[in-house]
Amino acid sequence: MVENRPLLTVLTHLVLIVGVIVVVFPVYLAFIASTHGSGDFMRGLVPLLPGPHLIENYGKMLTEGISTAGAPPLWIMLMNSLIIAIIIAVGKIAISLLSAYAIVFFKFPFRMVAFWIIFITLMLPVEVRIIPTFAVVANLGLLNSYVGLTLPLIASATATFLFRQFFLTVPDELMEAARVDGAGPIKFFRDILLPLSRTNIAALFVILFIYGWVQYLWPLLVTTDSRYYTVVMGIKRLAATADSEPQWNFVMAAVMLAMLPPVLVVIFMQRLFVKGLVETEK
Amino acid sequence: MAAIELSGVKKTYPGGAQVIHGIDLAIADGEMVVLVGPSGCGKSTLLRMIAGLESITEGTISIGGAVVNKREPAERDIAMVFQNYALYPHMTVRGNLEYGLKNRGTPRDEIDARVNAAAQTLEIAPFLDRKPRQLSGGQRQRVAMGRAIVRQPKAFLFDEPLSNLDAKLRGQMRIEIRRLQRSLGTTSVYVTHDQLEAMTLADRLVVMNGGHIEQVGKPTELYDRPASLFVAGFIGSPPMNLIDVERIRALPGVSLPASLPAGTDIVGIRPDAVVMGKGAAGDIPLTGTVELIEPVGGESHLYVRVAGLEQIFVIVAQGRTTLTETGQVDFAVPVATLHPFNRASGRRL
Repeated sequence: MVENRPLLTVLTHLVLIVGVIVVVFPVYLAFIASTHGSGDFMRGLVPLLPGPHLIENYGKMLTEGISTAGAPPLWIMLMNSLIIAIIIAVGKIAISLLSAYAIVFFKFPFRMVAFWIIFITLMLPVEVRIIPTFAVVANLGLLNSYVGLTLPLIASATATFLFRQFFLTVPDELMEAARVDGAGPIKFFRDILLPLSRTNIAALFVILFIYGWVQYLWPLLVTTDSRYYTVVMGIKRLAATADSEPQWNFVMAAVMLAMLPPVLVVIFMQRLFVKGLVETEK
Repeated sequence: MAAIELSGVKKTYPGGAQVIHGIDLAIADGEMVVLVGPSGCGKSTLLRMIAGLESITEGTISIGGAVVNKREPAERDIAMVFQNYALYPHMTVRGNLEYGLKNRGTPRDEIDARVNAAAQTLEIAPFLDRKPRQLSGGQRQRVAMGRAIVRQPKAFLFDEPLSNLDAKLRGQMRIEIRRLQRSLGTTSVYVTHDQLEAMTLADRLVVMNGGHIEQVGKPTELYDRPASLFVAGFIGSPPMNLIDVERIRALPGVSLPASLPAGTDIVGIRPDAVVMGKGAAGDIPLTGTVELIEPVGGESHLYVRVAGLEQIFVIVAQGRTTLTETGQVDFAVPVATLHPFNRASGRRL
């Protein structure tokens, strides 16, 4: 904007600052809480400055957990979440890439039918089909396993659709040039299409990693063995203690740690992520 | 290096639309044949059929004596240069040049030797480690050529390779392609809709129209003796004047020679065959009003309205003209330069 109106500038900045405060303050509060002793948050006056128990709180949560709340040490839950989020992200991307490749680049009978069937699964996220899916997973004996935790979440079409749209923009001549150069379907996929989709894959990885990380309902249903608890459902267990006040300092330490990996993923993949959303390298 | 032979080649799309109606064409070893025609005439489809990118409905295509109808493009040992270059955007120039050789399992040192040689020939050696997007249009074009050369294929197929370049670069690359093809002696099929490109590049020119071949011959042959009305109108710029014989006969003081073959109802007159002024004895004298003058530099294109003729008569006058728009002009057509055609058959007589 070329306008030079000080009042407007002040006003817009004010709105932005208020917005930032609204978003950041709860996070800040969680951090502060995680650095205080166990009773400090119950005394009515909420402290706004970090307390002295930071290392102690985080150390306890990571290594011991709170046995009274039935939660294992946090590192186990963090590992579980990490494994599950990665399996879901990688699995979804792999399946979507291959199915989009088939739909866009190969002519076979009922190609559009196949596409629409995949597309319809968009309308059936896990939450909608949760009871039949649970029945299937339970009957297959997959409760309390990584397979049971991830497989139903991998089966959906979001990424297929995105890759299809991207593949459609790849010029036909590129495939023809590759054919003339002696690249068969697998080679074309590996040498040309996959490198071209690099930024899209990165963007999707970020989105799907976070999607996997924040899964709550499904892990809650299929895990009864604490070895398979994920951190997001674990926090709920920490906070919901039956007959005593929740130990907010520990809960908040867990929250901070649970927030960390998605933030790191976003930070480290941000460059690729933005690229994948805004530009196509052709 | 190999001869290419097409016999009775037809193409029908699954929907039933027939785009190629039986093409017979023999391309000699080392020859450069240019397919030219208006858009939709099937020239690109035919090229893609030779390449193996389109299936052949009927007939056979053989390269180097072997029928290749059922072979994959890579097995036909041809190289293709695409209109939009189709360079692999994520690979360096070197990667682009190497890719086809790698897929064939060429030994490493031979790949390097061939890539370096091609880079020398095409003067792209300084860019070998750049990505295609860092290159200009002309440089990309060279890389696309390089990708074809390094393979040392039996034939080059060019699909309008110059149409994305500006006019000046197009002229340069045209000469370069011609030189390269001559020095390599590789059989080439070149598709274009630009008739200047077609005339200058071709050993033999194939004019296509509506999925048929209209005429095959040396560029000058086609210019001098177009076999059909279509070729007459298509080859040459500005195009040939095609005039109804009856209308010429009806003009006052004009008589057509009896030497014209029987059945001639259209005569073609090349704009550059016209003589300014009254002309010699026996020439056909015409008079008209200049509607528009296009000075092209060495020559001028005159658009003249002759009373009694329905279309504007185009004349190429050598040198600068002293005529002015809306002025009168006398010109004459030497009888020997008339091209007689029959309207119903569309053929030359």
